[in-house]
Amino acid sequence: MTTGTETPVESGAGLPEDSHQLSAKLRGAAVAALPPERLMPDRQPAYVASWIYVFGALTLSALGVVIVTGLVLAIFGPSWWHLSTTGLFVNSLHMWSVEVFFFAMVVHLWGKFFMAAWRGRRRATWITGVVSFVVSVGAAFTGYLSQQNFDSQWVSTQAKDGINSTGAGAIFNVTNFGQMLMWHIVLLPLVVVALVGVHVLLVRLRGVVPPFAPPDAPATEAKGTPDSQGEVGPNSQAVPTEGRS
Amino acid sequence: MQMLGAVKDSLVGSLINLTGPGKYVHWGFIQISVANLVVIGLMVIVFFAAILIPFRRHGGRGR
Repeated sequence: MTTGTETPVESGAGLPEDSHQLSAKLRGAAVAALPPERLMPDRQPAYVASWIYVFGALTLSALGVVIVTGLVLAIFGPSWWHLSTTGLFVNSLHMWSVEVFFFAMVVHLWGKFFMAAWRGRRRATWITGVVSFVVSVGAAFTGYLSQQNFDSQWVSTQAKDGINSTGAGAIFNVTNFGQMLMWHIVLLPLVVVALVGVHVLLVRLRGVVPPFAPPDAPATEAKGTPDSQGEVGPNSQAVPTEGRS
Repeated sequence: MQMLGAVKDSLVGSLINLTGPGKYVHWGFIQISVANLVVIGLMVIVFFAAILIPFRRHGGRGR
């Protein structure tokens, strides 16, 4: 606590007597786990200097365009995106950014699979990525159902038999436009953004997985275990970061 | 403006004929549209290109 005559604490560290507070404990744990230089790094290990590491950031960029164009579509509504030239353009941007999103995500997935990117205590990073992919498929599917055109009618009537055969049709009715729209614009985007956020934080926490080490390398390098900077392996000299992950 | 639209339509139409039913590839029990097959092929090409094409480095630093 401060009085009017005292100088406010500007360091953000708080007062010693406040260290037992939940917010202070959470802040301390967050800063200890992800200090600013690790959360927003300007250097990456040398092995990141490859085009295959670009596709994670490309996926994130496409997701940003998907969200922004989706917000614009939500503001103006179906008659706008079906009938006006600007609406058709934004609608197309939304659809094509989804195409780029999945394209980049699949290349990112292949790259990480062949790197065995779950090595070095990165299992949670891998799993959140895989679950993000699966949930994104659901988000795209409900998007096709929300187009309000003959295509969405065709997709929904084709999909209902498949969904019903799983037993999920009772609670997930693909011919219920209102339900599918809510899944598409509220539930699934929240889950995708949350999972992607955790995924990126885990990449920052554990570091980018290094290449496979030669057979005669020390055990630490072979397992890809991150050191304090998340950098291991024979080529751990740093290079500037340009949004790669 | 109308003429510009007609030119655009003819240009796009000359590249890909979108009139008519979709084209599919059948291989045993596998059935896939040509459009999806093209996208998968492009992903494979981009994947190998990303591995093989050298990445430009800044100022001679790095590996």
